[in-house]
Order: sequence, then structure tokens, then C-alpha cells
Amino acid sequence: MAKLGPSGYSPYPVAMYEGILTPPPGKALLFNEIVDEEIAMREAAKAMLTRENPTIFPGPQVLYAWNEEAKEKAKLVRKIAETLGAKIIPMYDYRPKYPKIDPEKEINPNHPNLTIWHNNIKACIFVGVHCHYANVALKIIRAETDCFTIAMCGNSGHEDAMITLRDQHVEELEKFIRVAEEVKKELGK
Amino acid sequence: MQKTEHVQYNRAGQRVVSPDYLLFEAPREKQFMTGSEVVKEAVKRASVDASVSYPITPQSEAAHLIGELWVEGYVGVYFRGESEFGVMSEIAGCAMAGARTITTTSGPGTLRAMENFPMWAGSRLPIQLVLMARGVNAPLTIQPDNLEISFLLDTGCMIWHAETAQELFDMILAGFVVAEQPDVHVPLITAIDGFFISHTREAVMLPPDDIALPPYNPYKSPMVPLDMEMAPGRFLRDPYVMKSNYISYAAHTSWQFEVRAAIERSRPYAKHYLRGLIEEFGDPEAEIVFVASGTAAAQAKEATLMLLHEEGIKARVVRLKTIRPFPTQELIEALRGAKYVFVPEFNVIGWLEREVRRALYGNLDVPVIGSPRVAGGMTMPPEFIVKEILQFLGKEVKHVV
Repeated sequence: MAKLGPSGYSPYPVAMYEGILTPPPGKALLFNEIVDEEIAMREAAKAMLTRENPTIFPGPQVLYAWNEEAKEKAKLVRKIAETLGAKIIPMYDYRPKYPKIDPEKEINPNHPNLTIWHNNIKACIFVGVHCHYANVALKIIRAETDCFTIAMCGNSGHEDAMITLRDQHVEELEKFIRVAEEVKKELGK
Repeated sequence: MQKTEHVQYNRAGQRVVSPDYLLFEAPREKQFMTGSEVVKEAVKRASVDASVSYPITPQSEAAHLIGELWVEGYVGVYFRGESEFGVMSEIAGCAMAGARTITTTSGPGTLRAMENFPMWAGSRLPIQLVLMARGVNAPLTIQPDNLEISFLLDTGCMIWHAETAQELFDMILAGFVVAEQPDVHVPLITAIDGFFISHTREAVMLPPDDIALPPYNPYKSPMVPLDMEMAPGRFLRDPYVMKSNYISYAAHTSWQFEVRAAIERSRPYAKHYLRGLIEEFGDPEAEIVFVASGTAAAQAKEATLMLLHEEGIKARVVRLKTIRPFPTQELIEALRGAKYVFVPEFNVIGWLEREVRRALYGNLDVPVIGSPRVAGGMTMPPEFIVKEILQFLGKEVKHVV
């Protein structure tokens, strides 16, 4: 994403309209800059380790055992949460919730700000969320909150997140854990 | 150790090859075909899962020929809808179930189906619609005219405009690949000017028909496939989305921007598979420039040659292959040095002229002349275009059109 907060007259900013594209394969996006994946991973770990109430929002692609990779990734997401001292609040599907969601237990893509406000979350990671729902939610979070957003995407990434890591599979999640452990040590945590 | 090559076959028994091989590397043979026949040839090589049809001139033959492919085993599901609205709703159901889909329509059929197109886009369905444009009017017209493209410009679908049957063939294949990218994943309308392309025969170069595109992988979809357990889709039943005045606009605004952002993300893919979003033809130094798409571009190219050879006037053509996304930057670059920009069109309102003006406003100061323009089924012989230029330049018009 290009900058924090709303853009122009639209309260719902779109990084694409600010000229930001998803990163090319092998690279990552740190705000509006294309950087090496490891640099972005370090910044992501730092944000999660230094901001209040860091939270991971895992989506259906890692919450359900629909293939072998999903099972592996689910274990790694839990390990990431332990390493970063982060809470896990799932976006476990995209169904409507009556009469409303419980923001302590879940996040919904159409009003993600409710969960972030309620829990005072200042840094978060999206992982395993279907791309459309991640993009919708990330735009709303950018406009409505001061939460630092990180997207770990199995496809091409999300330009509306403040840090975008693309093609994140088992190997990449393992690498992120290693990087996070290093950053944690450097920060004396 | 001996290397084992994994060869994949699709349901029709065709060997699956990469999109780049199919489009750029496979040997090609010359055939003499109509645009409708070319649609069949493209679909035959596209590992299509489902197609729904409804007859309306001039696309009926293409829809019928896709049906033949179903009989031959190349298309998984094929049936006739109750109307164009039915077709576009049913094809959406097929796409939501994870199928690669294609359908065709024309003129009044497009308008009858209209409500579905923004629904396709908002539901992130990579359906391909081959639009064989025809007049929209009362009294009813069955004539070539591309007015209907203007109605589709802001539906959230990508729109590509083919100039020839050859380009239609290549665009249909490339279209599936671009539209199905996870970060794009919006519908594609592949438009041609009906009759001019659908009903006339021209030389086309086709790759072998025993190879085909890789099948669609619905698990890469940015939305959950078969998200229909709460018809018409679970996202439509969220009380916050549908009812709350405050929160609903957050979701809807973000959702609408996301669909448009998805079209923008198609640029690098389209650039690769279409070999650029624009084509430049003629003397690059010429100060008279035609900006056109589809058949109007073909006519403008002929006029460019006539102007040069018969009048000694240099001109060039900037042909737009994509309308959504609109190739704004490419157009601005291509028009640097232009003295006059003419936009020839086959419709009464000049939708392309509007688009060109919007793209150039504040970026490039050059007069845009929305002419020549024909509608209602008139043809636009290159002599028309030549006459327009000569009159504009105050020169003697030798041709009588």
C-alpha cells in the first residue's frame, strides 16, 4: 500500500489506484516498495513483536484439512503465533453471523474493523484467507483502523496490505519462523 | 537415471500444454474460416467445462458450434437457456461450481442479460463472454454496430476488442489464462464487430487440435468455489452487508473498488499474452493519428495506406486491443507528436471518443475529432475515412463515396 489511511475523497483507499502493483515472483512489498522477501519478513516480524495485541487471522485455506499442504501450514501458523506471542482470531468462513459476530472469537471480511477495534489490535497477519475477501478486508482495515497489516498469500499477494509476502507455502512459512526467531533475539524478547 | 516426463491429458484426450506454447510456439496451419467457426476452434483447444447458449443473430452459429463440441466430447456441459438472462445466470452457476465457462451473445440479448454482468464481476467469476456486437435500437435492427459495448464499459468485466478472426481466436485462449489469474479473476468480454468478423471468411493460422490449455483450477479462486449453500451466495445474506447503513457502505465500497483493482491487475498478464495492449501501424512520425478498435481499426489501416499512396499524406493508427483495462499510458505515449487524433467508430454515440478524451485530458493537449462515425449497420469504407481527412485538411476530394 502507498500510505496509511484514507485516500482523497474516498474513505476506502485502493493501493492499485495509487499505482501499487502486487510484487513480482520472488519479491515482496513493503508499503510501496518492492523488496527482497527476507527484508519484508524481518519488518513483518518486527511489527508483530513491537505493536500492541498482535493477532493472526487465519482463513479457511489453513483452518480446514482440505489437502496435505493445508495441514502442514496450519501447524506452522500455530508456531508463528507462539514465536510472535500473537493471538489467533480465525476468519473461519465467510458466512453471515446472526445477529452479529463475536469480535473476541472471529473476524468477518465485510466488517473486519469490528474485531480490530474490540481487541485493540495494532498489528495483524492475514494467512489462508481467500484473496477477494482478504482484499476487501484489507481496504476497510486501512481506512478504519491504525492496524499494521501483513498478508502472507499463497498466490500473488495483496497490494492493500502494508507488507505483502507472496507464494507463501510450507517452505516460506518455515523461513518466516526462522526470521522471526532471529528478530526476537535481536529485540531482546 | 532416465528422466520421466509427466504428460497430462484433458477430458477430450488432448495433450495439455502451457499457454505460452499454445499461443506462441506451437506450429500453426492456415485455414479459411468465419469468426463463428474460429470461436469453435478456440473453444476446442481451451479445455472448457461448460457452455450455455441462446440464439440471437449474429452469435447463433458460434453458440451452435460450441454445442457440436459438446457432442464431440470437447466441452463438458452444454445446454440452451430459457433466455439471455437465463443463460447468463446459468453460466454463473456453472462458474461458481468451479467450471471453466464460455458463452456468446449479441445486441438486444446483451441488454436482456445485463443485470448478470456486474453480478459476475462482484462474484469474481472468470466467465468468458464472446460478444458479437450488433445494433441496439427500436425498430429492431439486425445490423453491425457496436453501441452495446458502451453499456458494458462499467460492469466490472474486462473488455477486449478483436480486429480479426485470427485475433478473436488468440484472444479467447489468452482470455481464459488472464481472467483466471487468482489476483484478476473477473469476467472477460471478448468483443468483435458482428457480421464483419462473425460472418466473413478470412485466413487464420491455427495450432494443432490435439493440444489444449491446462484445465481451470478453481481452488485458486479468490472466492470459495460452490459458495452457493445459501443461495444466491453467502455474502449476500450478511445482515451487516445488506442492512446496516454504516457498515454496509464500507463493505460495498471496498468490494466495488476491489473488482476494479482486479481489472487493473490484469495489465501485465494481458500485455504478455496479447503482445501489448495496443498496436501501432503506419509511419511513427505521422502527425495524423487514428485511434480505433475492432473493425474500425482495420478500416483505418486501409485508409492510412490510401492516404500515403494516393495523396502522399502520412498517417498512422493506434489500435486499442483492450478497452477495460483502458491502455491510458500506452495511448499517451503513442500519441506524443500527434497533431490531430481521429476516432473512427461503428456506433452513434462515439463511446471510444469519450474514452480517448478522458484518457488524454490533462495529460496530452491534442485535438480529438470523433469522426468518421457510422451507425445502424452502415459500413465505413476506407474512402470515407480518406474523404474526412482530406476535407479536414482543406484538400481536394478526388474520390466520390
